[in-house]
Amino acid sequence: MGKLRIILTSAYVRGLIGQLVGTLLGIGFLEAIRGAMGLSPTGATFNLFGTEVAESSFVFGAIIGVIGFLSAAGVLTDWFKWMIGLKTPLNHGAPAGKPEWSRYLNVDVNHKVIGIQYGITSILVLLVGGIFAIIFRIELAQPGMQWLTNDQYNTLFSAHGIVMIASILLGVGAMTNYLVPLMIGASDMAFPRLNAFSYWVGVPSVVLILAGMAVGGWDTGWVGYAPLSLRAPLGVQLFLLGFWINGFSSIASAINVIVTTATMRAKGMTWFRMPIFVWAAVAASLIQFTATQTVGVALMMSIAERAIGLNFFSPVGGGNPILYQHLFWFYSHPVVYVFVLPGLGVISELLPVFTRKPLFGYKWIALSSLGIALVGFLVWAHHMFTAGMADSLRYLFMFTTMFVAIPTGVKFFSWVATLWEGKMSFETPMLFTLGAISVFLIGGISGPILGTVPTDLHLHDSYWVVGHFHATMFGGFIFPFFAALYYWYPKITGRMYKESLGRLHFWLMVPGFWVMSFGQMSLGIAGMRRRIADYEAGLGFEATHILVTMAALVIGWSVLIMVYNFISSARTQEKAATNPWRSRSPEWQIPSPAPEFNYDVPFEVVGDPYDYGLDESTYIQMAPAPAGD
Amino acid sequence: MSSMIANTHEEHAHSHELPWPEQLKANRLGLWLFMLSEVFLFAALLVARFVLWNDPVLGVVRPELSQELGLITTTVLLLSSFFMNRAETAMGQNDQKRFLSGLLTTAVLGTAFFIGVVVMEWNIFGLQGELFGIELFGHLRPSDGVISGIFFAMTGMHALHVLSGIVFIMIVWNNGRRGLYTQEKHWGVEACAIYWHYVDVVWVFFYPALYLIGTAVHAM
Repeated sequence: MGKLRIILTSAYVRGLIGQLVGTLLGIGFLEAIRGAMGLSPTGATFNLFGTEVAESSFVFGAIIGVIGFLSAAGVLTDWFKWMIGLKTPLNHGAPAGKPEWSRYLNVDVNHKVIGIQYGITSILVLLVGGIFAIIFRIELAQPGMQWLTNDQYNTLFSAHGIVMIASILLGVGAMTNYLVPLMIGASDMAFPRLNAFSYWVGVPSVVLILAGMAVGGWDTGWVGYAPLSLRAPLGVQLFLLGFWINGFSSIASAINVIVTTATMRAKGMTWFRMPIFVWAAVAASLIQFTATQTVGVALMMSIAERAIGLNFFSPVGGGNPILYQHLFWFYSHPVVYVFVLPGLGVISELLPVFTRKPLFGYKWIALSSLGIALVGFLVWAHHMFTAGMADSLRYLFMFTTMFVAIPTGVKFFSWVATLWEGKMSFETPMLFTLGAISVFLIGGISGPILGTVPTDLHLHDSYWVVGHFHATMFGGFIFPFFAALYYWYPKITGRMYKESLGRLHFWLMVPGFWVMSFGQMSLGIAGMRRRIADYEAGLGFEATHILVTMAALVIGWSVLIMVYNFISSARTQEKAATNPWRSRSPEWQIPSPAPEFNYDVPFEVVGDPYDYGLDESTYIQMAPAPAGD
Repeated sequence: MSSMIANTHEEHAHSHELPWPEQLKANRLGLWLFMLSEVFLFAALLVARFVLWNDPVLGVVRPELSQELGLITTTVLLLSSFFMNRAETAMGQNDQKRFLSGLLTTAVLGTAFFIGVVVMEWNIFGLQGELFGIELFGHLRPSDGVISGIFFAMTGMHALHVLSGIVFIMIVWNNGRRGLYTQEKHWGVEACAIYWHYVDVVWVFFYPALYLIGTAVHAM
């Protein structure tokens, strides 16, 4: 079969066609019913082929479209077969007559294939979100409106927020899916089909969010606060729906990770002998599979309030807009720990390898991940100090917010103690790990100022918040994610990336980020509001805004260098050694790329994972191969 | 050549699926985690109910609903769980006939509950009628402000789960009819039963929240 034909018949193309057809069918179906009932188009109507379509039909169509995507891509096939009682064996490997790479374009149940699908989609979506940021960042470089309208600016910063969150969730999925089964010695995840579903349902959700920009956009930011969301253009519906659909992905994938870890660990691998990243993945999953439901309720209520006129949030009918914020932040605060915990897990995972020293306080790091997850559930209302909630709640949430510093501090001190007198080497993954620590420190220290009520009243909705949030996201996720990509690149591709380009990426991105972060924070102190398209000249913002814009451009270019490095190295670089980092972790003891079922012979855990530099300590023992094989 | 490769892949696939006892353990844990996840969904709706149905003067309020209708639908749903349990026990004792009839009875009672909520309480067809002096059809409309909003959200989310439960039961019934479950190996039946009981338990919390707690009001 020709390349083009394989691409054109891939699950992505089939899915997108299915989504389009499903959407049109859904719209047509509900419009026909509405027509029969004699209802006129209501809500933010949409002109489709010359007829006005009601908002409720549009929403219904979008939901059917997602089902259309999943059906056409083939994600649901096995479950449909199961429904009518057919046997459904798991198929591994490329279908007959198709090349190996076609697996990555189709529904595949292998956790490594799914992990790579997650990873590539995550980087693509990251680039899209980054382009949005660059576009409105350039607009902000000078006072006055240069090349965007207010509406375009609003849509772009809103889309930047949610698209980046989608990208980070995909990145978390990439790391947990690829690494967890390898690290615990399992052949795959506990539910391979559900695993495929988790990835594939994320694709139409991103399509919905991007399509929202085309049907009017929206101006609510990624938080979608009511009652603004109830008055925004039609685009906000697709944003709310895309966000909601993405929740299915989070919940399914989180349950899969927890079950896999609980039931499929190798012989001898007790909970406190797991690689530390697995702890982080489990802690993040605990948040994901519970809290996601509450934001789902908030989003569904907003969708219903707009589309079918049920009243929850609009004060006009007796609704309560603060309720939306509570339901929203009950998820959206803990979810930043979903982003950050796997990132911090990567830092803890990589530091001992590059310092050749045991990880300091393994148990404390493992439990601090759970601690962060737990405390993360008790702090949500610190986002709402200025929203008009009860004064007594403010003190309570100020107190619990400060509490987060304790488990996070445990991690920081443990990292410093691990670095202490280590035999450090500075390959790209280590550089990004150290960069992550420095940037996360900025994010961490700028946080309590926002968690304290009196200072928050001044800094709320200012650029200080933007600086703080970007520092926590870059330090807690982006830098560790890049470290992980460089570190496991030889595992994934079997080839080594170009070290020189990796270092260039790092030395552009770290100073770039520091400038951007400090610039944003100083703008915030000076009084620059966030989410505002323009500012007056002569307030002293201009120079800093130009600096921040330039720093953003540098960061953007540096990420492109990484993408180029990964693409070109996969073709031109020489084969990597089996264990280039001299790691003790089980995934580095097998050939790269890892075989289809990971470990041909099972291993047994006989020691602690991070006893680097200790004489005669072993972590795992490969069982002897069965005779005659 | 390529078919040979496909064959070896096939053999590989079977040898690498989890042994059934382990897969069953994983399935059970996964289902219970999903149920726990859904606790947050229904809890969020309950929280929203107590926040929204709160009058500055009257305190906690509730809409005026037909008590008789609520009591009947609740009884029907609780009764259905009994038959679901009977069906699952029958499967464990290899009593195919009682298993199938138990499933069907559950599905019928579930459908009766669904009709009681969606057709009669929601009154989607705008009907009117009385039986033994009981008002058969509800009067809340989506446009009645928060008093109806959260009512439709809670009953709707629950009815969606009831509906998916009925579909699940019918699939299991159909597969059971064709003899796909055995006394030892019937995870599908077990999962279906757990799901149905769960949906039932949710209603045990929703019923008092909707019908019993607070002062009955017309509108807010």
